Amino acid sequence: MFSLHAGSAGTAAFLASLVEAVEALTIVLAVAIVRGLRPALLGAFAGLAVLALIVAALGPLLDRVPLSILQIAIGILLLLFGMRWLRKAILRAAGLIALHDEENAFAKEEAELQELERRHEARLDLLAGVASFKAVLLEGLEVVFIVIALSAGRGVLLPVSAAAFAACLLVALSGMVIHRPLTRVPENALKFAVGVMLSAFGLFWAGEGFGVDWPGADLAILAFIALFLATGLACVALLNRRATAAKTAS
Amino acid sequence: MKNLIASLRELAGLFVEDGGLALAIIAVVVVAGLVAALAPAAGWLSGLILLCGCLGVLVVNVATAKRG
Repeated sequence: MFSLHAGSAGTAAFLASLVEAVEALTIVLAVAIVRGLRPALLGAFAGLAVLALIVAALGPLLDRVPLSILQIAIGILLLLFGMRWLRKAILRAAGLIALHDEENAFAKEEAELQELERRHEARLDLLAGVASFKAVLLEGLEVVFIVIALSAGRGVLLPVSAAAFAACLLVALSGMVIHRPLTRVPENALKFAVGVMLSAFGLFWAGEGFGVDWPGADLAILAFIALFLATGLACVALLNRRATAAKTAS
Repeated sequence: MKNLIASLRELAGLFVEDGGLALAIIAVVVVAGLVAALAPAAGWLSGLILLCGCLGVLVVNVATAKRG
């Protein structure tokens, strides 16, 4: 069962980290293009340093929490996190809210920095660095949370961390090569998939924390993934059908 | 202070975006936890509540969502 759990948790961590890294890269690139590499990289490395400190501080604490409490807490957080992503991906797929657009986010950040530059803002490099720092820290925190949540108490920290690191490295290298936001990443499909996987893990873990003896043990995660996926796709179909009916009626 | 509040709000936003969805998920987990505590022998019931509750919450939330 180790490989099944490590495989599904590693896949979820890789896909989630890919999305988060793309979002962070968009802001860091905008800062680099408007104000140069120095504030962008300083902010990004400061963000990574704070992340490393958080991991170093929280890591040993997690070992002291009883496993059932840890499973319930992480299960709830994964459900909140995963179902939030899944809900958003469903609404985006159905056209109820706009798709996340990296080109747009990049242009917005670029315009904000150029506006500050136009006003001769004295602390511009500092503000640009802070923008880069915040992007790396916030998106990085999501990656750290996902890695910890998917691996805590299961002995799969190494493969899950490696999967998340590989995704971040892949995005960073792509950013260095193309110098533009990665707009071709199918972000909504990735968010849909990650939302499904994190929700399934959250459900499984919350149940384990309450002492539920899931049929098939770890295999139940695959069944939950299938159920969340089917429900999500059915919701998109339902919302699309409703929108078509409303258009026809009007 | 303003920056700190904004940062904390962004941090909370990682988990909670739609208050109704978050509250409903927590309610499902609390009910499942109560059932597990009151009837430890019926663990399957707690699991069933979690599974049906989470899927139900998702369907109801997106079905009632308005265009944003």
